[in-house]
Amino acid sequence: MGSLIRSGLGWGGSLTGVLLFVALWEWGSLSYGSFLLPGPRDALSSIVGFADNGELWAAVWATTWRAMTGFAIAALAGVALGLIAGLSHTVGRALEPVSTVLLGIPPIAWIVLAMLWFGSGSLAAIYTVVATTIPVAFAGAQIGARTLDQRLQEMGDVFRVPFAMRLWDFYLPHIVSYVFPALITALGVAWKVTVMAELFATEDGVGAGMAMARVSLDTAGAMAWIVVVVVLLLVAEHGFLRPLQKKMEPWRQVKGPAMPG
Amino acid sequence: MLTLQKVSLDLGPNTIVSDVDLQVAPGESVCLVGPSGCGKTSLLRMASGVLDATSGQVSNQFTTTAAVFQEPRLLPWRRLLDNIALGLKARGVPRRDRLTQAKELADQVGLSDYDEHFPHELSGGMQQRVALARALAVGADFLLLDEPFSALDVGLRSEAQDLVERLVVDQGIATLMVTHDLTEALRLAHRIIVVSGSPGTVVFEHPVTTPYRERSHAWLYEEAGHLLRQPVVSESFLFHPDSEVA
Repeated sequence: MGSLIRSGLGWGGSLTGVLLFVALWEWGSLSYGSFLLPGPRDALSSIVGFADNGELWAAVWATTWRAMTGFAIAALAGVALGLIAGLSHTVGRALEPVSTVLLGIPPIAWIVLAMLWFGSGSLAAIYTVVATTIPVAFAGAQIGARTLDQRLQEMGDVFRVPFAMRLWDFYLPHIVSYVFPALITALGVAWKVTVMAELFATEDGVGAGMAMARVSLDTAGAMAWIVVVVVLLLVAEHGFLRPLQKKMEPWRQVKGPAMPG
Repeated sequence: MLTLQKVSLDLGPNTIVSDVDLQVAPGESVCLVGPSGCGKTSLLRMASGVLDATSGQVSNQFTTTAAVFQEPRLLPWRRLLDNIALGLKARGVPRRDRLTQAKELADQVGLSDYDEHFPHELSGGMQQRVALARALAVGADFLLLDEPFSALDVGLRSEAQDLVERLVVDQGIATLMVTHDLTEALRLAHRIIVVSGSPGTVVFEHPVTTPYRERSHAWLYEEAGHLLRQPVVSESFLFHPDSEVA
């Protein structure tokens, strides 16, 4: 019962922030007029319109599929490479500049290259997502692997812990706390980059919908697609990534000594 | 049998220990005492094999060596039984078997009601008992103890010493224990070795022949006072500000 109230309050707190934002939006729309800044209700009715003609679900599916595929590839490859780079200083030194270069190249440049290499279509969008998010996952895993307590390592030496077990019982649980914040950042980047890539390179998806809205000067439609992307991101983060982290870190869920003794 | 022959250790420009001869026979309990920074811990690390001597011979003929460190060094993300069973897992013991053994050891160190707890849910003394159980789990015939109780208060310390006496010394497990507390050494050792100086050398050896059950508190303090009257021992326990290295 207590936990129900607490989680209710938690959600209430988050909801307050969202409602405050919507109120500001409404106020802006009232003062600038609904052509420049359509209000929340206009956006909502646009969304309902997209849902009615089937556009919405097709776009949501296309964008989600691309963003999550790119994100998954980047997360797996980035964490694996980061782990290796954290374990071996030589590999770390070799890969770090590559990671910096990847981070430095603007996403828009990746999209242009991807379209030249792969043509228009899903592959260009997925490739762009992978290229822009892999350095983030890499950096998280690398720092995680590097910061494992030296004293735990020595304990592992004394107890003759073999390499595979050391990876599973020492490194992976430790890097989870570094990798997840990085992955949450990467997830946000993945959605944004997907939409941007779709704007240029694909015929469907939320980005393509925004391109259409631009052509037909449908500001309410554009706002509607923004709302859709933000909702998708929130669902992916709070519905998937954060519960996954909780599940992987049960030891962080309990606090403090049980009792002195 | 553990044998250190003319062992020296340099770390960077500093010589930490020089020309140390040391032996631990099967079933023998040896305590290294001495001031902070005299290289006691380094000697222990060389005995455990994680650190190589710069010169001299270290030979460890015990079948299984385990250690309890100054800090518990438990895996924060593993529950109590999994932490105790760590060494067994490293040796490929199947999960069911190793958890059964871990459960028995948890009972022996008095933590039977805490199987599912994570280390940070336990107090410092309890964590150190988990570390002791983890070392015992691998069936060691040689145990290295590096000031394992220095962070505990007097009552808990005495309790932990009881555990070591009962579960380690009485079981015939050879030990090499570092402490800076003479009474602790007198309580648990068959032989006390005083290491002192910078670089550290063995300055004094003292066999303790009194049976364990006759080592009362009064005896401990009397004997400690007796030892401290030896000039070389009292000198090594004086405060040397420049020796606070490593």
